[in-house]
Amino acid sequence: MSGQGTMRRVKLHDIAHARAGDKGNTSNVSVWVYDPGDYALVKAQLTAERVKSAYPNLLKGAVTRYELDQLHGLNFVMLDALEGGVNTSLGLDSHGKSWSFLILDLDVEVPENRGPIPAA
Amino acid sequence: MLRLGCGAGFSSDRLGPAIDLAEKGRLDYLVFETIGERTLAFGHRDRKLDPKRGYNPQLAQRMRGVLKATKANGTRIVTNMGVANVPDAARVVIEVARELGLKGLKVAAVLGDEVTDLLTPDTRLFDYHDRKISEVGLPLAGANVYLGIDAILPALETGADVVITGRVSDPSLFLSPIVHTYGWRRDDWAALGRGTLVGHLMECGMQITGGYYADPGKKDVPRLADCGYPIAEVQPDGSAVITKLDDAGGMVTPRTVKEQLLYEVHDPKRYLTPDVTADFSAVQIKEEGRDRVRVANGSGTARPDTLKVTVGFDGGYLGEAGVSYAGPNSAARAALAADILRDRLGRHSEIARNMRVDLIGLNALHATAHGVRHNAEDVRVRVAMRSADRSACETMLWEVEAMLCCGPAGGGGYRGQITPSVVTHSALIERERVRPSVEVLVA
Repeated sequence: MSGQGTMRRVKLHDIAHARAGDKGNTSNVSVWVYDPGDYALVKAQLTAERVKSAYPNLLKGAVTRYELDQLHGLNFVMLDALEGGVNTSLGLDSHGKSWSFLILDLDVEVPENRGPIPAA
Repeated sequence: MLRLGCGAGFSSDRLGPAIDLAEKGRLDYLVFETIGERTLAFGHRDRKLDPKRGYNPQLAQRMRGVLKATKANGTRIVTNMGVANVPDAARVVIEVARELGLKGLKVAAVLGDEVTDLLTPDTRLFDYHDRKISEVGLPLAGANVYLGIDAILPALETGADVVITGRVSDPSLFLSPIVHTYGWRRDDWAALGRGTLVGHLMECGMQITGGYYADPGKKDVPRLADCGYPIAEVQPDGSAVITKLDDAGGMVTPRTVKEQLLYEVHDPKRYLTPDVTADFSAVQIKEEGRDRVRVANGSGTARPDTLKVTVGFDGGYLGEAGVSYAGPNSAARAALAADILRDRLGRHSEIARNMRVDLIGLNALHATAHGVRHNAEDVRVRVAMRSADRSACETMLWEVEAMLCCGPAGGGGYRGQITPSVVTHSALIERERVRPSVEVLVA
């Protein structure tokens, strides 16, 4: 992020919220920034490739990102991402309800001079 | 203005707040949405065990809770609580109505979602790399097509107090009363897209009023323990305000609405239902007041030519068993137990074929994603397996229970269970081959 001065690293969870849904073996996680001012940097950094490469053992298929700019939201659609899906997976969370927090666990860089982030 | 309420967003959703809506919501329609891929599978499983069952297990309780109020208030009920056995579900509603003295109460059952006969061993499963049904290697348990408003509207036209269906698309449960009320044309795709948006936002109940949302310190929700179900005030053009009862807990804010907007949505421009290809990509969300959020600008294009079918297969049994370790060095003791179990259970080919071991407290839900990241002093070893052979599951449970005396120090809290399992996949069939019908019963 050259030209923007010094940056600091925060968790996506600090500046955004998310919700996971499932259809068959496909998971989708929508990500919404709390402050519209953070949307551009999240959109630039949280690419589909970034999400896919963060969890290669889990996300077996393609990851596609859709953008809802007017609402400052991103939607990640992840194929073959639920270890078979709700009726096949042996995992405890066979819906992947908690996949939203896998995405929120990723780091993003925000400008050093960005205002304070509310404590979790 | 049309007032729609949602009294259930999934199979086991709460009843109390639905009774509140029936009594105080001034609703035209109260919708109960109770089918998911998991619970439809349970319906087939239940019907296999007892041909008189297979509908929503809480159907009678829900009807006992709301029918008097909805009948008195002129609120009509639309629900998919028929799940895998609509005819018997309709009879249950009639029985409850008689029990409550609601003579003359009319129930319309929407039939025709069971399409097992329309499938062949060569039918392709689009969610399973286009493999054929015959390649799954499991017995077919049942197949249900997602019906839409074409199937539900004739039931509403009978004037029934309760419309009960099996598998229909979830938003159609809400779209059908909107179309019935406002008389929209069936090819007014933009309007049908707006109505589908309302249905989509409402169909998961409290997921839009504060449920599946709270994250303490980041997203706090008032009185979540007494969260209310949502109400949609729908205008003739399909725009709507999402709200809730004033005295109910929870909240409706642009953030709760946004999260639900894309719940289980893939491409926001192309949300496929039997009724329309809905377009949520330009939706506007605006706070109008406390717990009042306006949604507008949904749209849509022509409906798809094919309908989605959920195909259920007999998946044998799911066995699950666990034992816990707490206090100093518990992570190491739990890991040792897991190693022993992997070793011993690995000697049984039928168990090892489809088995998983988790360490709850260390890396269970996100184990595949990133492995162990935290230490903990309260760890549970969990083994899960699926097999057509019940005795293989019993062997696994026995091995896990044996950890109490044969495993690491301080192991306790053994629990194990074996449940019948249904595996599901998805196929498409041509719309013309599906012939829904309506049957009316009177109490």
